[in-house]
Amino acid sequence: MARLHEYQGKELLKSAGIPVPKGRVAENTDEVRTVTEELEGEVVLKAQVWTTGRFGKGLIQFASDPDEAAQKAAGLFGKEVNNFTINQILVEKKIEITTEYFASLIISDVEAAPVMIFSGMGGTGVEEIVKKHPDKVSFATIDVIKGLKDFQARNMLAQIGISGKEQAKLADILVKLWEMARANDARSAEINPIVFTRDGQFLAADCRITIDDYAVYRHPELNIEIARELNRPPSELDRIAFQVEKNDYRGTFYFIQMAQGFDQNDNYVGFHGAGGGGSMMSMDAVQRKGYKIANFCDTSGNPPASKVYRAAKIILSQKNIRGYFGSGSGVASQEQFHSARGLVKAFREEWINIPAVIRLGGNSEDLAVRILTEYTRDLPAPVEGYKKDNSVEYCAERFDALVKKGSRKDSAKPESPSLSGNIYSFETLTGTVTYDYDRCLECESKICVSKCVPQILRLENEGPVLNITREEAKKGKCTECLACEVECYFHGNKGGHIDLPIKGLEEYRRKVGIA
Amino acid sequence: MSILIDRNKKVIVQGITGREGMTRTKLMLDYGTTVLGGVTPGRGGQEVHGLSVFDTVREAVDNLGKIDVSVIFVPAPLVKDAALEAFDAGITLAVLVPDRVPIYDVLEIHYDAREKGAEFVGPNTLGLLSPGKAVLGMMGGRAKSAQEWFKPGNVGVTSRSGGMTSSLAYYLSKSGIGLSTIIHVGGDALVGLPHPAVVKKFQEDPETDVIVIFGEIGTSQEEMVAELIANGTVTKPVVAYIGGRAAQKGTRFSHAGAIIEGNRGTYEGKVSQLREAGAHVVEEFQEIPSATLDVLRNLSAKN
Repeated sequence: MARLHEYQGKELLKSAGIPVPKGRVAENTDEVRTVTEELEGEVVLKAQVWTTGRFGKGLIQFASDPDEAAQKAAGLFGKEVNNFTINQILVEKKIEITTEYFASLIISDVEAAPVMIFSGMGGTGVEEIVKKHPDKVSFATIDVIKGLKDFQARNMLAQIGISGKEQAKLADILVKLWEMARANDARSAEINPIVFTRDGQFLAADCRITIDDYAVYRHPELNIEIARELNRPPSELDRIAFQVEKNDYRGTFYFIQMAQGFDQNDNYVGFHGAGGGGSMMSMDAVQRKGYKIANFCDTSGNPPASKVYRAAKIILSQKNIRGYFGSGSGVASQEQFHSARGLVKAFREEWINIPAVIRLGGNSEDLAVRILTEYTRDLPAPVEGYKKDNSVEYCAERFDALVKKGSRKDSAKPESPSLSGNIYSFETLTGTVTYDYDRCLECESKICVSKCVPQILRLENEGPVLNITREEAKKGKCTECLACEVECYFHGNKGGHIDLPIKGLEEYRRKVGIA
Repeated sequence: MSILIDRNKKVIVQGITGREGMTRTKLMLDYGTTVLGGVTPGRGGQEVHGLSVFDTVREAVDNLGKIDVSVIFVPAPLVKDAALEAFDAGITLAVLVPDRVPIYDVLEIHYDAREKGAEFVGPNTLGLLSPGKAVLGMMGGRAKSAQEWFKPGNVGVTSRSGGMTSSLAYYLSKSGIGLSTIIHVGGDALVGLPHPAVVKKFQEDPETDVIVIFGEIGTSQEEMVAELIANGTVTKPVVAYIGGRAAQKGTRFSHAGAIIEGNRGTYEGKVSQLREAGAHVVEEFQEIPSATLDVLRNLSAKN
């Protein structure tokens, strides 16, 4: 779930009509000074990082004047906390608290409905409060069509002994919290604590709001860069991968780095799964062999070969991985030869010198394993492919054996055939296909035409051309099955080239020093 | 028998003219599902695999007669409207295949289904299959594979992971265990028919004798199954495996929907509650077939 920073959450609460302390976010010490001057008096500085217990960790500090605020902020900016670098501080007017409450909106899978939770005690997790003080906590199941009604909120409060003016004001906050959550597709919205101040106000002193990943597209105003919950800001490679995910609707693609900055002795593995459940099991299996997972990656749901290729290129852009382990559920409903061709194209371009073990069980597994293994024989490191009757444990054993053996062939990467001026080219959904007619005209097999999965090619004067319009090819009729490059390289005259750019990857690789 | 789907259930496909809709309609037809037609707004009058395409579900029902099931392959932002349209036309089971349906949309689909007395599987589901009878969704990918991989029998399978549904069903069949219905409940945190609802259906199905569950960390589904066993609602033997033991807290592995929320949904909690209730929980995935065989042997010894 896409989690918002406290200051972003408070902006949403404020625009929903829930009072929050005066203040705003600052990105450098000068801004901290300015905001403190505006607020006149004592302030609280709150580092905007996702961690619990900020006060105890010194990430919340108090200052009585602009100089002290700037000085204390200087100690916070740039500090590393839980993989986060502090680069934003919320500066707020210090409040005098007399009472704390807790309110949270969650979506309950048991009720299949939103549920509002309110506690007469704030400051700590609701699980603890429920356990220790069940009489202080009340719940309301919300009708998703009608919404949370004021009377329901008042009943919740009455139930735990809150009455009169206090009840009316808190009920108003609960109704508005629901409305804010619904309007922003919040997966959860928690105000903890709601405080009652010495000067008689109810304020949302801290909040935690997460937006439903699947609804982020409805809220461009929230500027959520990567629609998923991470315990750290996205890495550069995460960002590059997310662009691939966002710009290609065919099948699932998911990539996150689980570790960075490791060296070869740390035993990290580039992981390429298919499907969540099968991936988790496969990672368990390779971890049991003593390896660590450098990244999680999932290409599933019938992805095109081009997507699998891009996933492999991104996985292989991690420095110092010991090997490449690919495994999903083992009995895939999708056609596995697409994955095999995607991997072959990536492995050959990279000319990999780390071993790869890929479990390709499922539909067309015989063809898939043949493509994967035959077309990677000349690579420096071994590539093995397995089918549905090979268990994930066996594949992990093979992987371990290959890594430990460490054998490498002395095999130089062949020059990639250069393009002549005599070419035919067309665009696809995410790339460009080019045929070098100087080679195609001399080709005897014309395998590009026969192996084309969507069957969109025909021969014209001995050269392959589209049998559909260019617009149709670009809109997705060319499924980027990669056969006209991969099959052509081995059974044709090496005239097919498919360019599948990955935005930002080249620059990234140059920076981290991968050729 | 089987649950939710058999050869007699009449099926339409919403989104039949799209890439996935077209491919999976062929799978369903080839396997033996009674698919009678399809719906794509604006494409009425066309044909897909010899089936008529209608502009609206109501037109489809008016022309084809009573329809039991709609399998939905429309883009995620349109799934809610498609499901509501199916329920409005009197269809009582929808299978929502697409991934990435917003959760408030799922809540509204739940609300409407309750009002109309309808049910739905998914979203984010590979579908369901009753071996030798019919398939809904994309389980097996190709009819020939589905025929080879899944054998008919008396064990019901329900799974939170799509890929693992076919994987589990394949390894069970390979061990000589026949299956009544295999169902992927959907990978999201909120689905139409979660494990407890499916398990209750297996309990009522006279041809299911044993229930196998592929659970996962996150949500309260497995805990609710444990309650059903503990309070006597479910009396048939349950074999269960919970995936995601090694998952980092707070890390979500794509559409596995494996989120650890609060104290619920942990691996340890699910395993201990299921065990206490009397389910056979195995530690390793590959132990599921042998554990199921043991349970089947005990059953036949008793009879």
